[in-house]
Amino acid sequence: MSLTTKLKFLAEAAKYDVSCASGGSRRSGSKDGLGHTDGHSICHSFTPDGRCVSLLKILLTNYCVYDCVFCVNRVSSDIPRAAFTPQEVVGLTLDFYRRNYIEGLFLSSGIFRSPDDTMEQLVAVVRTLRQAHRFGGYIHLKAIPGASQGLIEEAGRWVDRLSANIELPTQADLVQLAPEKQITVIEGTMSQIQEGVQAAREEKSYRRAAPAFAPAGQSTQMVIGATPSTDATILATAAHLYQSYGLRRVYYSAFSPYPHADPRLPLQAPPLVREHRLYQADWLTRFYGFSMEELTTTDDPNLSLDLDPKLAWALRHRDRFPVDVNRASREVLLRVPGLGYKNVAKILSIRRYHRVTLDDLRKLHVPLRRVRPFVLTPAHSERFLRLDRDDLPSLLVKPAQLELFSASLDTLSGQL
Amino acid sequence: MREIRFTPTPDGWLTAAMEQLGDRRMPSDLLWTENTADQPALPGLFAEGPDEGLTANPPVRSAPAASVPGEFRKLLRMVACHRDRSKWALLYSVLWRLTTSQPRLLAIEVDGEVSRLLTMQRQVQRDVYHMKAYVRFRKVTDGPDDHYIAWHQPDHPVLPLAAPFFVERFAALRWSILTPDASAHWDGETVSFGPGMTQREAPTDDALETAWRTYYAATFNPARINPTAMRAQLPGRFWKGLPESRLIAPLTQAVRASVGHVMDTRHHMAALPMAASLPELAQAATSCTGCDLHLAATQTVFGRGPSNARIMLVGEQPGDQEDLAGEPFVGPAGEVLNHALEQAGIDRSQLYVTNAVKHFRFVFEGRLRRHKAPRPSDIVSCRPWLEAELKAVQPEVVVCLGRTAAQSLIGGQVSVEQQRGRFFSSPFSSRMLLTYHPSSILRARDRVTQDRLFNLLVQDLKTAVA
Repeated sequence: MSLTTKLKFLAEAAKYDVSCASGGSRRSGSKDGLGHTDGHSICHSFTPDGRCVSLLKILLTNYCVYDCVFCVNRVSSDIPRAAFTPQEVVGLTLDFYRRNYIEGLFLSSGIFRSPDDTMEQLVAVVRTLRQAHRFGGYIHLKAIPGASQGLIEEAGRWVDRLSANIELPTQADLVQLAPEKQITVIEGTMSQIQEGVQAAREEKSYRRAAPAFAPAGQSTQMVIGATPSTDATILATAAHLYQSYGLRRVYYSAFSPYPHADPRLPLQAPPLVREHRLYQADWLTRFYGFSMEELTTTDDPNLSLDLDPKLAWALRHRDRFPVDVNRASREVLLRVPGLGYKNVAKILSIRRYHRVTLDDLRKLHVPLRRVRPFVLTPAHSERFLRLDRDDLPSLLVKPAQLELFSASLDTLSGQL
Repeated sequence: MREIRFTPTPDGWLTAAMEQLGDRRMPSDLLWTENTADQPALPGLFAEGPDEGLTANPPVRSAPAASVPGEFRKLLRMVACHRDRSKWALLYSVLWRLTTSQPRLLAIEVDGEVSRLLTMQRQVQRDVYHMKAYVRFRKVTDGPDDHYIAWHQPDHPVLPLAAPFFVERFAALRWSILTPDASAHWDGETVSFGPGMTQREAPTDDALETAWRTYYAATFNPARINPTAMRAQLPGRFWKGLPESRLIAPLTQAVRASVGHVMDTRHHMAALPMAASLPELAQAATSCTGCDLHLAATQTVFGRGPSNARIMLVGEQPGDQEDLAGEPFVGPAGEVLNHALEQAGIDRSQLYVTNAVKHFRFVFEGRLRRHKAPRPSDIVSCRPWLEAELKAVQPEVVVCLGRTAAQSLIGGQVSVEQQRGRFFSSPFSSRMLLTYHPSSILRARDRVTQDRLFNLLVQDLKTAVA
């Protein structure tokens, strides 16, 4: 099988992993090596699905002994199988990198023989890149759940990000769709990574030259819509993961139906808006001071598809509004629908020297329609307020088409 | 109005601006004219900054550093690369206000002039980012070392701002970046800047681009197509420099042409009629081309039995004799089934009997056609027919004969030995039962096993009708 054919099969097999971040760690360039990482993510291209191409995202092999129903590479799937040698992956990464196609490598793999056998091969790739070629580009490696501590430790020394996928929100979901996988094993691997990160941080505090361990931290991915788990369940799992393992990101991947899928899977993909709402909820908890429990209610454990979660929360708590843009605290401003955390920072800085007016908000590109009912500014006080109206949601929400278009944008920027 | 001629670099302008500030000249009194005689190729070329260290900085005549805030210098360094020449007057006006009356002016982002400067700064920053992202080197082998050459067209002349990035990243390579405004060349030791160049002067191909395009097409997920989002991130003006951009149109069109094909295998079945009776379904199935099995097989072997049958038996696929006869379970396995049904006291004419896959899959062994198990994709392609039969017959009990039928209707890895003889439910039926396929009894290794499996089959059939 030619290298290009392998590349085709093993990139197709890897594309359902959505993470493409390549920032959050620094490696300086060197005269005898190749590449550097300056802490910022760079998207080198975009495919017609609107997703960023930042890393060479491939599997080492798509042979897999597991039979996870939602996964295109499961053992019972009859897709064509291929396997790279570690040397081939190293060569492709360097060749692509030299031409500035990519920021680095995202390497995962199907499980052949055993988790340790697989992990050993993956580590061999990253070790060769870093040691033999002094490669300074970004590397995101998937840790194989259940691999031994020693291999995880070595991997952490070479890579920028190390991550294990939680796959599905609950153990019950896993039993149903990924019979060989267990949450305890996956979380065990996450905590191994977390230990490595913490140990390295501690050592660094008294010895600056101490080696880093996965400096861009760990992330994980959850397939949503393949099981009936509610958004409340999904968000609770995410909150638990953020808290317990210090994750940088949880990625939510709307289950994507693929040819020849198993009858246990839904035939239709969940609406992409649902995935988008989960990302919004996720941003709200990481940057806006919301807790996951605030975003759904016991009556409705799912996020609204029509309203973004911040607006939905504000409409449930109308008594807390309007707030004065020139007086309210940061915490309060962050909860105003339409005020992103960047604009809140700007408002706080501007209002020390200048009274912020409605026109100023317009200059900051704040979506006035959404913001206006919830704030007081010197120019307008009571007269725009319509907080008691029943049809408020319909007055605030953009037409559906616009909403879908901007969906992918604010998922990237996190401005809500 | 007083005309100020200055060298259009951050330092050149700042020197001139400090003189005017020293003389207390109002912004409205000044006309800023770039001194084109000593204009360097790029305004940012002699930019200062500790992170640069690329080129020698010309000494600044006076040293007005103390009174100009560092924040303004940073802004100046970026804005100087903007194509809009009104930037110089704007910069002076803001500097004037900063130094005379409003020391915190830069914090007031909503101020008209500050906001215009910040917009220019953002545009330049964005353009630097685009250069880092969309420069594509092509390898040229001339002389002892490979030479990596890229052509890129930025919106603003930002090459000097982006060059340090490439120096650090590709220190060990020999590279050149060509833009219409200027070119930058790295020889492993220093960067030199030269005149602008056209795309025609850049290399036209690199053998590796085929692999890159293969990767680009493979990493694209057609199920989530969203060309609008793509265009927002990757504006059309950059496409001409990207080897992968020629794939955008064909990939997008291919998805539009095959909508549903990827998403839902039901669409393989152009011939599958909606809400049809059994005879209509059987007729339609004769011309099914949903998978490639129809190419070698003699005919479609559809299910047989009354439409009001209480029990439905689902086998694997037709064998050699079934393929010729066009009826399910008429060969050796059919004999075993008949025998088992007899033992269980079941009248076959009251059952609906069918297969998970409706075409015979085989390999030639000499002149013999040897049965070959269907692939998962064959099972899935054929499942809509089975679903249609289930819908038309609405049996009380569905008996899966063997693993293939179970894979089709239950999914995943199935073990007949462990899961047989018990009722369970699936999306297709609330009462399903799994048992051995008659042909697995024929294949059993000895007489004792054959008898044991046969008895289990009989027992399970009895359970099904009980």
